[in-house]
Amino acid sequence: MKLKLKIWRQKNQNSRGGFSNYTVEASPEMSFLEMLDVLNQQLIENKEEPVAFEHDCREGICGTCSMVINGQPHGPMGLTTTCQLHMRHYKDGDTIVIEPFRANSFPVIKDLVVDRASFDRIIEAGGFISVNTGQAPDGNTIPIEQDEAKKSFDAAACIGCGACVAACPNSSAMLFTAAKVAHLGHLPQGQVEQSKRVKRMIAQMDKEGFGNCSNTYACEAECPKGISVANIAKMNRAYFSAVVSTDEK
Amino acid sequence: MSWITNFLTSSLGKKLVMSLTGLFLIIFLVVHLAGNLQLLFDDGGEAFNIYAHMMSTDPLISVVAYGLYFFILLHIVQGILIAFQNRGARKVKYAMSNRKSNTFASRNMMLLGLLIFFFLAVHMGDFWYKMKFTNELDMVTYAGYDAAVRDLYTRVNAAFQEWWIVLIYIIGLIALALHLWHGFQSAFQTLGLNHKKYTPIIQGLGKIYSIVIPIGFAIIPLYYFFVK
Ligand code: HEM
Ligand code: SF4
Ligand code: FES
Repeated sequence: MKLKLKIWRQKNQNSRGGFSNYTVEASPEMSFLEMLDVLNQQLIENKEEPVAFEHDCREGICGTCSMVINGQPHGPMGLTTTCQLHMRHYKDGDTIVIEPFRANSFPVIKDLVVDRASFDRIIEAGGFISVNTGQAPDGNTIPIEQDEAKKSFDAAACIGCGACVAACPNSSAMLFTAAKVAHLGHLPQGQVEQSKRVKRMIAQMDKEGFGNCSNTYACEAECPKGISVANIAKMNRAYFSAVVSTDEK
Repeated sequence: MSWITNFLTSSLGKKLVMSLTGLFLIIFLVVHLAGNLQLLFDDGGEAFNIYAHMMSTDPLISVVAYGLYFFILLHIVQGILIAFQNRGARKVKYAMSNRKSNTFASRNMMLLGLLIFFFLAVHMGDFWYKMKFTNELDMVTYAGYDAAVRDLYTRVNAAFQEWWIVLIYIIGLIALALHLWHGFQSAFQTLGLNHKKYTPIIQGLGKIYSIVIPIGFAIIPLYYFFVK
C-alpha cells in the first residue's frame, strides 16, 4: 500500500518547525512504527535526516511512542498505543498527518519527540512510598481486598504516555496524576502518605503549567490504557480533604 | 501565602469555586422558574406582581439576592480566567484535531457562558433595573393586599411583544441548555462525586434539568408573543 505522509519536522526546541510531505510503501501487517522505520530507511538512503520519534518496548507498555495521528494521540484505535497500531487499519492512497503531542508543558525536542520531564517531576513530588515496602513476597503478606486491589491495579496500568494531556483541549494532566494517586492510594502501604502526596503532586502539576480540568473526558476517550475519569473525582475528593487535614500550607 | 489563598489559586480550588457557584445557580433557576410561571395565570398579573413585590422587599430574600449577584459574578470572572489559562496551556495548536472524543458544549463553556451573560444583561436591564432603580413602572393596588406594588407584569407583557427581545431570550436559553448539558454533571465530578452507583443518575438528572428548565423559561416569552 502506498501512503502519503504529512509529518511535523522541527530541528530542535528553538526552531520553528513545519510539515513535510513524504510517500511511503507499507504493507498491512506492519505496525505504525515499522512503517515509519521504512520511511526513515528511505530518508537515510537519500542522505536526508530521518524523522525523530520515540519508541522503546514496541509492545504497548513503556509509553514512549508519543505522536498525534490524524488528530488523535496514538491514532484511531481505542486502547491502542502507536506501536500497537497496525497499517491494516489504513487504505492504499490514504494521507496521514503526524504531529507531536502539543502542550506548553511538553516542549518539542525534535520532530515528533517531546520532553515529558514534567511528568517525572509530578512523580518526584509525591508519586512514591517513602519507606521500604520489601519485595513481592512481602507485598503478598498484607491481605488486600480483591476490589481494592483491582482498582489499584487498573490505575497502575497507566504507562505515563501523556496522551491524556495531548488529547485534552486544556492540556490538563489530571488523568495521569489521578492514576498515580489512585494506584498508590488504594493500597495500605500508600495510604499513610496519601494526603501529602495528593497535595504535593497537584501543586507540582499546577506549577508545570498544565491547564485546568473541564471534565471534557477527552483524556479517558484517548487513553490507551482505559484509565477512568472516576480516578479524577477520587483525587479531587482526596485533595479537598488533604487541604484541611495536612499541616503543610 | 496562607493555605487558603494557596488552595483557592490551585487548579482544583478554582474548579471548586466554579462547581459550587454553578450548583448554587442551578438551585436558583428552579426557584426563579417556579415564581415566573405565575406569569401564565390569567389574573391580569396580580399573583406575579405581588410575588415580585415580596421578592424585592423581603430582607431575607435581599440577602440571598446579593449572594446570588456575587456568586454569578464570581462564576463569570473565574470561568473566563480559567478558560483563558486553559487555552494558553497549548501555545502551538494542532494542525488536525479530533473532535469526536468530547462534546461541543464541554469545549465551549466560556462561549456559552458569554451568550448567557449577554442575555442576562438584557434581561436584568429590562426588568430588575427598572423595578429597583427607576420609577418607570406604575403602582397598582389589589384587594386583599395592603401595600401598593409596582406593575412589573405590564412591563413584561410589553417586552414580550417585541420579537427581538423574545429572540434574545430564546438564544440565551439555548445557550443555557447547552451550558448545563455539560455543566450539571461536571459540577459533581469536580466535587469528587463519581461512582458507578449514582453517576448515571446524576447524568440523567442533568440532561432532564438542562432541557426542562430552559423550556420552562422559554414558554413564558413564547406564550406572551404568540398567544396573548
Ligand atoms: C444561570 C447561569 C449559569 C449556570 C446555572 C451555570 C452553571 C455552571 C456549572 C454547573 C458549571 C460546571 C462547573 C464544573 O465544571 O465544576 C459551569 C461551568 C462554567 N461556567 Fe457556568 N453557569 C452559568 C452562567 C455562566 C456564565 C454567565 C458564564 C460566563 C462566562 C459561565 C461560564 C462558565 C465556564 C467558563 C465554565 C467552565 C469551567 C470549567 O470547565 O473549568 N457560566 N457553569
Ligand atoms: S492516564 Fe492514560 S493517557 Fe494519561 S499518561 Fe496514563 S496511560 Fe497515558
Ligand atoms: S513503544 Fe512502548 S508503548 Fe509504544
